[in-house]
Amino acid sequence: MELSDDRKTVLLVDDDSDFLFQQRLQLETAGFHVLSAANTSEASRLLDQQRPDLAVVDVMMENPDAGFTLCYHIRKRDPSIPVILVTSVNSETGMEFATATDQERSWIKADALLAKPVRFEQLRREIDRLLKA
Amino acid sequence: METLRVLVTDDEMGMRLGVLRTLRGFTVRLPDVNEEVGFTVEQAESGEQALEMIAAAPPDILLLDHKMPGISGLEVLDHIARTPTEMLTIMITAYASIETAVTATKRGAYDFLAKPFTPDEVKAAIRKAAHRIVLGKQARKLAEENRQVRFQFIRVLGHELKAPLNAVEGYLRMLQDRALGDAVGAYDETIRRSIARLQGMHKLIADLLDLTHIESGQRRRDLREIDARQPAQAVLETLRAEAESQQVSLELHAAEPVPLIADRSDIEMILSNLVSNAVKYNRPGGRVDVTLSKKDGKTSIVVADTGIGMTEEEAGKLFGEFVRIRNEKTAGILGSGLGLSIVRKLALLYGGEVRVESRPNAGSTFTVLLDAPIAQDPPSTTTISPGAES
Repeated sequence: MELSDDRKTVLLVDDDSDFLFQQRLQLETAGFHVLSAANTSEASRLLDQQRPDLAVVDVMMENPDAGFTLCYHIRKRDPSIPVILVTSVNSETGMEFATATDQERSWIKADALLAKPVRFEQLRREIDRLLKA
Repeated sequence: METLRVLVTDDEMGMRLGVLRTLRGFTVRLPDVNEEVGFTVEQAESGEQALEMIAAAPPDILLLDHKMPGISGLEVLDHIARTPTEMLTIMITAYASIETAVTATKRGAYDFLAKPFTPDEVKAAIRKAAHRIVLGKQARKLAEENRQVRFQFIRVLGHELKAPLNAVEGYLRMLQDRALGDAVGAYDETIRRSIARLQGMHKLIADLLDLTHIESGQRRRDLREIDARQPAQAVLETLRAEAESQQVSLELHAAEPVPLIADRSDIEMILSNLVSNAVKYNRPGGRVDVTLSKKDGKTSIVVADTGIGMTEEEAGKLFGEFVRIRNEKTAGILGSGLGLSIVRKLALLYGGEVRVESRPNAGSTFTVLLDAPIAQDPPSTTTISPGAES
């Protein structure tokens, strides 16, 4: 993996260690610098130390809505950091969230919402889109 | 106290008032279902009026005169039968006519009272109906609760089975996409993790089968006098390799034979769940001590570890199904969340109990006290159904 100074930093937050491991390896292979955290407090500690260019946050961690809370805190700290929320709510409950329009997205307070299981290409596409914006 | 609504339908006012007076302040105590029932009485002077009132709000019990001007009691029964309700009908017949009673019963009446009747006869009929209604209500409530517990179990089970599948699928896709390049060696860790998740799933399914097996009551136990030290030694032998790889020492303390009547495989299952937990939730250099003894005729199995321990709140939740304590210390440890539930259910089969004492970062001590094997109920085939009279 070549190192370059313009590597973007992605913060990954998920209590599923397999998801963290998989996305981290693939993001690193794709040339990103990755910070990972298994819960909200670890994520907050990392955020105290450095500013990621983007965050990927699981919704259900230590609490069913831990991801929403963390997302809110990231926004408050630095509104310029795009946040992608990842959730298995859809596949577990059959609920669908409409996120096609800005208005539909406004309530989640995130820039994108991905349903688990997340394919890496999907995540990569969203990351590229948000970092370009 | 529950209050049941009674509707008296009779064209004779004296009859209606008689019932009203009899049931005023009357209560029925139902010790078998721990319930006391009182009554409110409403009146209808014709079949037509009764049908209107039933349509508006069906009472719990309908006292229905057979012979009335206008539509008869039997016709009222026919109308009622078209829209099923939980209401019970007691038919009032003019004289002890078996024929009328049989016809009424065929058309859905629950019971009948022959005129002239005494207040005690009314009370007896009402008591019988009230008992039946309250039993039915409780049976329905229980059935609904069981249904909810079953749903909850299936929901959590679905989640627990899907999580490892998602993980393994993710690893295979990485391989498929050559996400880490073309060298096979780069995938060693992904393969190791996949296998760990599959093994976890194996354990979950094995535990689930154990649990179902225990709960079904269909299992034939091979009860005989055994020395608890034998299953304990076998379990420690099996888990020793795992313990060594975690740098945890295992020791059995039982100087004397520990005789008890049991199925050896039950004792092995209890010990293997407790000891494997004690190893898993331990720390390098830690230890697990298994102590077997007899106390007041009971068999005591104590499994003490020097592991990560847990708070009192966490310990309180521990014996439920699929409960796994999730915190930073347990993050990397796999488990089905069924092991302790199995231990508790097995202990109950021996009139026993399971206790836990724990301190965070110091360790946990699980104590199982076993008495004598309890005869297991045969698989339950009798259910209280609201439609059948017991």
